[in-house]
Amino acid sequence: MKGIYLDNNATTMVDPDVVETMLPYFTEQFGNPSSMHAFGNKVGRALKQARQQVQNLLGAAHDSEIIFTSCGTESDSTAILSALRAQPERNEIITTVVEHPAVLSLSKNLEKEGYKVHYLKVDNKGRLDLDEYKRLLSERVAVVSVMWANNETGTLFPVLEMAELASAAGVMFHTDAVQAVGKVPMNLQDTKIDMLSISGHKLHAPKGIGVLYLRRGVRYRPLLRGGHQERGRRAGTENVASIIALGKACELAREHMEFENTTVADMRDRLEQGILAAVPHSFVTGDPDNRLPNTANIAFEYIEGEAILMLLNKQGIAASSGSACTSGSLEPSHVMRAMDIPYTAAHGSVRFSLSRYNSMEEIEKVIEAVPPIMAQLRKLSPYWDENDPVEDPEKAFAPAYA
Amino acid sequence: MWDYSETVKEHFYNPRNAGAVEEANATGDVGSLSCGDALRLTLKVNPDTEIIEDAGFQTFGCGSAIASSSALTEIIKGLTLDDALKVSNQDIADYLEGLPPEKMHCSVMGREALQAAVANYHGEEWSDDHEEGALICKCFAVDAVLIEDTVRANNLKTVEDVAHYTKAGGGCASCHEGIEEILAKVLAEKGESFDPNAAPMPEIETTPETLAAGATGMTNLQRIRRIETVIDSIRPQLQMDKGDAELVDVIGDSVYLKMTGACSGCQMAAMTLGGIQQRITEELGQFIKVLPDTELPKAQTEG
Ligand SMILES: Cc1ncc(COP(=O)(O)O)c(C=O)c1O
Repeated sequence: MKGIYLDNNATTMVDPDVVETMLPYFTEQFGNPSSMHAFGNKVGRALKQARQQVQNLLGAAHDSEIIFTSCGTESDSTAILSALRAQPERNEIITTVVEHPAVLSLSKNLEKEGYKVHYLKVDNKGRLDLDEYKRLLSERVAVVSVMWANNETGTLFPVLEMAELASAAGVMFHTDAVQAVGKVPMNLQDTKIDMLSISGHKLHAPKGIGVLYLRRGVRYRPLLRGGHQERGRRAGTENVASIIALGKACELAREHMEFENTTVADMRDRLEQGILAAVPHSFVTGDPDNRLPNTANIAFEYIEGEAILMLLNKQGIAASSGSACTSGSLEPSHVMRAMDIPYTAAHGSVRFSLSRYNSMEEIEKVIEAVPPIMAQLRKLSPYWDENDPVEDPEKAFAPAYA
Repeated sequence: MWDYSETVKEHFYNPRNAGAVEEANATGDVGSLSCGDALRLTLKVNPDTEIIEDAGFQTFGCGSAIASSSALTEIIKGLTLDDALKVSNQDIADYLEGLPPEKMHCSVMGREALQAAVANYHGEEWSDDHEEGALICKCFAVDAVLIEDTVRANNLKTVEDVAHYTKAGGGCASCHEGIEEILAKVLAEKGESFDPNAAPMPEIETTPETLAAGATGMTNLQRIRRIETVIDSIRPQLQMDKGDAELVDVIGDSVYLKMTGACSGCQMAAMTLGGIQQRITEELGQFIKVLPDTELPKAQTEG
């Protein structure tokens, strides 16, 4: 049985064209681009092309603004640590409570080292309060790091406007655009964004390749020093095959941008409407009016996400959940908590994330599979009675907390 | 994806005794919503014999929480209340052929529901005395609260002390940063600071806690047999590298090995010993030091 893969915000399939493009660089074209012979020469030219393909997708002014890294996490760390090192007189950071751990965990660690981190809160649809943001911008702030699109809900942040505000206040602006690149059209040369992170495996390139976009002229300190690769801004022999793969993936992403925002968005909408119509006590989390075209995050009340995923998986359907259990932590997803989604729903939140490889036929199958699964689990739930939640669920079942 | 045993999956896909028992005369509600698990256990107890005639569960929780609830009801049906209370969370985990360390709390919840239901039957109120913290050590499923309480109660100062008292950090060592943070926090309360070079406590007192934490109930001979089994299981790997290891002695928590062939003396020896130490420690559920036989105390080698 071929599975139905709706977990593309976790990772994507490498496009077969991408694989074909990268393969020669393992064998025939294995040279080191820095070498002074023919083996390295062609590789150097291929890297240049890949850089331009990334540049084109981002709408960057120069190809030298593209720095290849090993992953999205490295790009995030490089950007934030560079801003701190380049401006030692500034010791504050502004970010948000719903960032990916790549930014959040680093921020928590920087707090221990004495930096002051401001975490912008979100409302119950995951939206920021820009007035709070404006009040925090000051000459003490080294960098603002705000994600372009949230990986769990797909909610978009107004990063273009926020970058303008930061620029006006003389503050560097970084955005983690790992989920947005390839789905949201961008033209960075017309923006005030100083730094931006990409991860290859979210747009049909391999895992373990990333990009840091660094606007020309922005003060910068490398994370890895060593050889002169990436013009000394990221030392280490290039991951040539993956860089070339990412270049090709960016070219394909540009071609499919329209498709993502029409056909994929339609499939997502159909999935969401189909499920909400058939499953009572379920609702969309995040901001449905302003989000990625491929993401639907639905909370199913009174049941738990990991149990849902296991039953979906049994039918070959892959999705992910914000429940505590899926990550082995004690708290449900920090994104759900930040939006003040009640625990009984946060644990039952399921993210369906689509790609251009999904079909409407698959979507219809999922719409059919979901309602019985929810009914089956609700039958086991102490909050549920026959066809409805028990009366006043939080009171009827109030366990002694451990 | 968790590495669930077939039995866990089976009990999750086909839970036994789901739903509330009719004419129940005992109910136990426990759990923690913030960590996504909550369980109501209902029992029908024969008032004359105190035998549990029927048991049912309703669970809000993950796959292993549902499987643990199902296993619990299967285990306790037909037992007297007194016998049922002897069921430990490890019994529930064993019945399911093991649970991942992150999921052991599901079996704890099962046992607590039982205690709560029995208290309810006797007209008493059950209150929980243990608080659950974030999981720090994944090898031995030890959480932050237990480590913090143990550090405070026993005045522990080093990561090694913590490993001796709680087992946390005695396996793969990945959680040492987390343990250091807890030590630093507790020491700071007393105005002291954490010193990574401090000497560990010279002797471990055998308090009931340390006994409970270690794998007890094994005679020394049984322990040595277990250790030999582990070494036997690693032997093919050693022999592939043209080496071998032989058990020389076990003194307290120190295991002495004679490394032979390519393993002896080479720079790999220390690494190999570390690997064997981790395997034995995991297998026995008890912190074990593995040392080369050259480190045997003098009196021993002569005697
Ligand atoms: C928003 C966001 N940032 C960063 C990352 C990390 O990217 P990588 O896995 O390439 O380090 C991810 C993906 O997991 C992500 O979704």
